[in-house]
Amino acid sequence: MTVELLWWDGCPSHPEALADLQRILREEGIETEVSRIEVTDDDQARRERFPGSPTIRINGEDIVTPAEAEPYSLTCRIYRTRDGRVSPVPDPEDVREAVRRAA
Amino acid sequence: MIAIGDQAPEFDLPDTDGDQQPLQTPAVVIFTCNHCPYALAWHGRLMQAARDYPDVHFFAINPNDAERYPRDSLDAMKERVRGDDGWPMPYLRDESQEVARAYGAKTTPDVFVVDSGGALRYRGAPDPDSNDPTLNATWLREALDAMLAGEEIARPHTEPVGCSVKWK
Repeated sequence: MTVELLWWDGCPSHPEALADLQRILREEGIETEVSRIEVTDDDQARRERFPGSPTIRINGEDIVTPAEAEPYSLTCRIYRTRDGRVSPVPDPEDVREAVRRAA
Repeated sequence: MIAIGDQAPEFDLPDTDGDQQPLQTPAVVIFTCNHCPYALAWHGRLMQAARDYPDVHFFAINPNDAERYPRDSLDAMKERVRGDDGWPMPYLRDESQEVARAYGAKTTPDVFVVDSGGALRYRGAPDPDSNDPTLNATWLREALDAMLAGEEIARPHTEPVGCSVKWK
């Protein structure tokens, strides 16, 4: 399983997203390194198809499908928790579900 | 950048109805935007605080570069306020970013409390966690309660948390 965390330092949310991701991988018994990819400019954002920070991809697939209108740029990504709140990080249960799908 | 006790910079910025809004005190000046998850997560708490403190002038100011971030354009701001059936505070556009620079705004949101004499009394985050709505903008409310009671603010400075202001 390949796991990537793409991030931009204009958003302070990536350490929390990484901690959630690593905890869930541990809890699910998956031994894999998380590749951390820093996105530093708009060109790289377009090349990496980066919809915002943080973005987690497992086996190349975004764990949460980005909105179609979302441009690739240096921005903070808006997630929704399962109870409907806006959040700067994905709901941990969405992360867990994606890990289980890929396992 | 201003420090606690300094005079807060004056401003006169357009709101989403096209009216100019000068700083009036006492005030809460909130640098915020449309596209940041932290600003959106704290938004409801800040709106409620504005309703709960009717004697304090609340101002939301969007300073972000709208060329690179079109969701922060004046048109997008108008659409958002219309979609919410109005806000309890004006939503102002800081196109030149001069006001944000004068305050030293770092993030969206970044909250400044100004007393009736125009001095800065609190600067920072609304409360300790954008993900916990039960916190109810407690740091901001503590600052307002102390200021309005003529008391010292126990925690006049906290670290603002959010997306970086998108400078041109």
